[in-house]
Amino acid sequence: MTQPTTPEQPLGASRVELPRGESETAARAPSSPQTAISMRGLSSWYGSNQVLHALDLEIAAKQVCAFIGPSGCGKSTLLRWINRMNDTIPGARAAGMLSLHGLDLLDPTLDVVDLRRRVGMVFQKPNPFPKSIFDNVAFGPRLHRIYSPTDLEELVEQSLRASALWGEVKDRLDSSALGLSGGQQQRLCIARAIAVGPEVLLMDEPCSALDPRSTASIEELIRELRATYTIVIVTHNMQQASRVSDATAFFYEGKLIETGATDLLFTNPTNRQTEDYVTGRFG
Amino acid sequence: MTSFAARSAGEIAQRGRPHSPLRRRWSEKTIRAILFLLTLLTVVTTVAIITVLATETYGFFTLAGHPEISLWGFFTGEEWSPLLGAEPMFGVLPLVCGTLLVTAIAGVFALPIGLLTAVYLSEYAAPRTRTILKAALEILAGVPTVVYGFFALTFITPYLLQPLSSGFGAYNAMSAGIAVGIMILPIVCSLSEDALRAVPQSLRDGAYALGSTKFDVSAKVVVPAGLSGVIAAFLLALTRAIGETMIVALAAGGLAQMTANPAAQVQTMTAYMVQIFLGDAPAAGIEYKSSYAVAFTLFLITFALTWTGAIVLKRYREEYE
Amino acid sequence: MSGSVIPTARRLLASRLFLTLCLAATTIAILLLGALLVSIAIEGLGSLSWRFLDSFASRKAAQAGIKAPLLGSVWVCAICALIAVPMGIGTAIYLEEFAKRSRIKRLIQLNVSNLSGVPSIVYGILALAAFVRFFGMGSGDEPWTLGNPESFWYLQCPLGPSVLAGGFTLALVILPIMIIASQEALRAVPQSLRQGALALGSTRWQVVRLVTLPAAMPTIMTGAILAMSRAIGEAAPLLVIGGFLLVFQTPTNLMSDFTVLPLQIFNWAGRPQEDFHKLAAAAIIVQLVVLVAFNSIAIVIRQKLQRPLQS
Repeated sequence: MTQPTTPEQPLGASRVELPRGESETAARAPSSPQTAISMRGLSSWYGSNQVLHALDLEIAAKQVCAFIGPSGCGKSTLLRWINRMNDTIPGARAAGMLSLHGLDLLDPTLDVVDLRRRVGMVFQKPNPFPKSIFDNVAFGPRLHRIYSPTDLEELVEQSLRASALWGEVKDRLDSSALGLSGGQQQRLCIARAIAVGPEVLLMDEPCSALDPRSTASIEELIRELRATYTIVIVTHNMQQASRVSDATAFFYEGKLIETGATDLLFTNPTNRQTEDYVTGRFG
Repeated sequence: MTSFAARSAGEIAQRGRPHSPLRRRWSEKTIRAILFLLTLLTVVTTVAIITVLATETYGFFTLAGHPEISLWGFFTGEEWSPLLGAEPMFGVLPLVCGTLLVTAIAGVFALPIGLLTAVYLSEYAAPRTRTILKAALEILAGVPTVVYGFFALTFITPYLLQPLSSGFGAYNAMSAGIAVGIMILPIVCSLSEDALRAVPQSLRDGAYALGSTKFDVSAKVVVPAGLSGVIAAFLLALTRAIGETMIVALAAGGLAQMTANPAAQVQTMTAYMVQIFLGDAPAAGIEYKSSYAVAFTLFLITFALTWTGAIVLKRYREEYE
Repeated sequence: MSGSVIPTARRLLASRLFLTLCLAATTIAILLLGALLVSIAIEGLGSLSWRFLDSFASRKAAQAGIKAPLLGSVWVCAICALIAVPMGIGTAIYLEEFAKRSRIKRLIQLNVSNLSGVPSIVYGILALAAFVRFFGMGSGDEPWTLGNPESFWYLQCPLGPSVLAGGFTLALVILPIMIIASQEALRAVPQSLRQGALALGSTRWQVVRLVTLPAAMPTIMTGAILAMSRAIGEAAPLLVIGGFLLVFQTPTNLMSDFTVLPLQIFNWAGRPQEDFHKLAAAAIIVQLVVLVAFNSIAIVIRQKLQRPLQS
C-alpha cells in the first residue's frame, strides 16, 4: 500500500502539550469541569481517503450531544475514534488532538481495552451475543473485574433497571437474548454497556433498525441516562436529535459546519448549509 | 428511577477486584505467539515436503553406478521398466500417460454429470429432493477410495465393461477411470452447486422478466455467471483424480505403457509408488529411489493445477452486490 | 423488425430436454451409489459375523477377521483427531481473527489451499521421512527411547511405523481441510458480535474465546467430523509409512504396530481368491457403517445445535 502524503503527521506523532502518561486521577480533574471530550484539529483518513478535516469541538460532560449530517459525512468515524474502534479497521489513521477528560485518546500506546471500559458503545443494529440475557449483561464486568456472585447479580439487575428492561426480563434472565424483540435487544445492549461502569456512552444510530414504539422508549431512556453519563449520539433523524440532545454538531463532507445548543441550532442556524439540512432541503 | 439505577450500576461495577492489565497483556501476547507458530507449521509442512522430495530425487539422479539415469531421459523417456529386465529403464512418460488416461476418463465421466446434477439441484429440485440428494452426495463423498477400487474390480469390470467388449481384461484403465470419476463426482457436484447458488436471484429474475425459459436462465445466465466457481471445482476434482492412489492400485493394473486404449491396463504414478512401498525393494536401491522422483513429478503437477485453480477463482470471480 | 421469432414450442422443448438431461445425470449418480451399496451388501453380508469382528488376520479366509485393523483405525484416528482438530482450529483463529491483511497472510492462505490439493500419498512420503525415520538421524543406532516398552507411555524416536506415526500422518492429510472448514465457520460469525465484544473492552483473544469460537463451534465440529471421515478412509499415506503389516495384536501403546481397516480391505481386495473378496466386502460394510454413523452425528449437530446468531 502506498503511504499518502498528508499535511499532518500520522497518529501519535503530533501532540498538544500534555504530559505523556498522565495519571487518571489528574485527568479526572480537568481545567474546565464542563468538558468531557475535546478535539483540536482532528483529521482522519481511511488509507489515502481523508474523511475528517481538522475538527475543533468540545463535548460537555453529562449532556447529550448529537452528531447530525448526511451519510458519509464522517460522524460515525468521529464516534469510533472516541473509543478507538477504528483500530479494527485496516488503514484508519488520525492526527490532531482528541482527549477524554485530558486523557490523550490518539496515543498509540493507550490501553484501548481500558479506554473501552470507560467509553461504552451501542451499535446501529442490536448485537446481543447468542447467550442468556444475564450472561450478556455480565459479559463486560466479567472481562474487567472479579465479582462476588451477589455483586454480579446486583450489577446485572441495576444495569437492566437503568436501561428500563428489568421489568420485562426479570423472570427469564437465563433465556436466550436472541428471543427478545428488536427494541428489547437494543435496550439490552445499552444495559450491557452500562454494566461495565462507563463515563461516556457512544450511540451509533441506535434506533435506525427499530420500529417507532421501540424508538420512543430508547429516546426516553437516553434522556434519563443523561443525568449519569456523557452521551454522544449519531443520528440521521433530525427530530430525534432535537428531541434527545442538549447540543448538536452538524457535519458535512468531513467538516464540522456548525455546533451549538440544540434548540438554537435547529431554530436559528447561523450557517446556510445547516439551515438547508435541518429544514430538510437536502440530506 | 432509571438514572438512580444507572448511578448504582456504576457504583457496583467498581466493587469487583480488577484483573491485572499486565497479565492480560502477557497472556494475549503468548496466545498470539502460539497461534502464529501453529500457522507457521503449515508453511513448514510445505517446505518439508519440497525438501524431502527434492533431496531424495537428487539422490536418485546422482546415484553412483547408474549413468543411464538423466534428467532429460527421465522426463522424455518413453519406457518405464525399473523392475523388469537386465537393463532398467527410467522414462516417466508412461506413468504420466497412465495417470492422464485415467484422469481423462474420470473427467469425461464426472464433469458433465456433476455439472448437470449441480444445475438440477440448484435450479430445478424441490427443497426436499435437494436435501435428500445432498445427503446422498455427502455419503458418496465420504466413501473411502479403497471401496471404489474394490467396486471397480468386482463390479464395473465384470458386470459393466466385460459384457460390452471382450477386450477388457481384469485390470483396465476404463474401470479405474470410471471409479475415480464416481469418487470425484460429489466434489464436482457440491462445489459447482455452491457456485451456482451464489449467483444472485436478481439475475435470474431479470432473465425471466425478459421472457426466458428455465433452460435459458440455467444454461445462458446462471452457469456463465458461476463459471469461475465451476471451473475451480473442475480443477480441484481433477487434482484429486490425479493424486488418487488406492483405486488405480487395485483396478488399473501394473503395466506401465504409453497407450490411449481405455481397455488396456496402465500404471499410474501413484500406483507405481504403491508397488514400491508395498514391495520389498531395498531402501537404498534404485527402484526405491525412483519412486521419489515420481512423487516429485506428481507433486509438481498437482501443485500447478491447484495454483491454476486459485488464479481462476481470484481473477475471474464476478463480484455481485 | 428483422429476425424471425423462434417458436415458443421449440424453446419449451429445449427446456424440457435440458431438464431430462439433468435428471438423467442425477439418476446415474444415484444408480451408481445404489449399485455400489447393493453389490457390496450381496458380496459381504454373508461373511459378517461377531467372529469376523473379533478375529485377527489369517491365511485361511474362513478364520480371518478385522479385530486388529478395526482397533488400529480407532487408535490412529483418535490420535489424528487430537492433533489435527485443535491445530486446525488454532491456525484458522490466527488467520481469521489475528492476522492483519498483508502479503504474508495471503501467502499463508494460498499455501493452505495448496496443501489441501497435495495427494495424500505425498504426505505419506513426508511422514515416512519425518516421523518414521526422523530424517535419518540416529539411523543404524538404537532408537532413543523413553519408558518401559510394556508401559502405555513408552516412546521412541524415530517413531517407526507405529500408531503415533500413523496418527501424525493422517493429521498432516486432514489439517488443511480442518483449517479451511474452521475458517469458513469463523467467517460466518457476524462481524457485529466481534464489534460488540471489542466495544466492551475485550482483548482479541477474549473476543475469540467468549464470542466468536462458541458461535462458530457447531459448524467447526461438523467440519471436523467430515475431515475425520476422510481420515478414517485414508489408506495410501499409511501404506507408504508402514506397508501392509500383518498384525496379530491390538495396539497397547503409542509405539505399537498397527494396520487400519482401509489397508486390510486393500489387501483382501487385491488377492485373486473370491473368498477374500467376500471378506473385503464385509470389512467395507463395517467401514461404511462407521462412516454413516459419523455423518449422522454431523447432521444432528448441524440441525440441533446450530442456533441463529442474529435475530
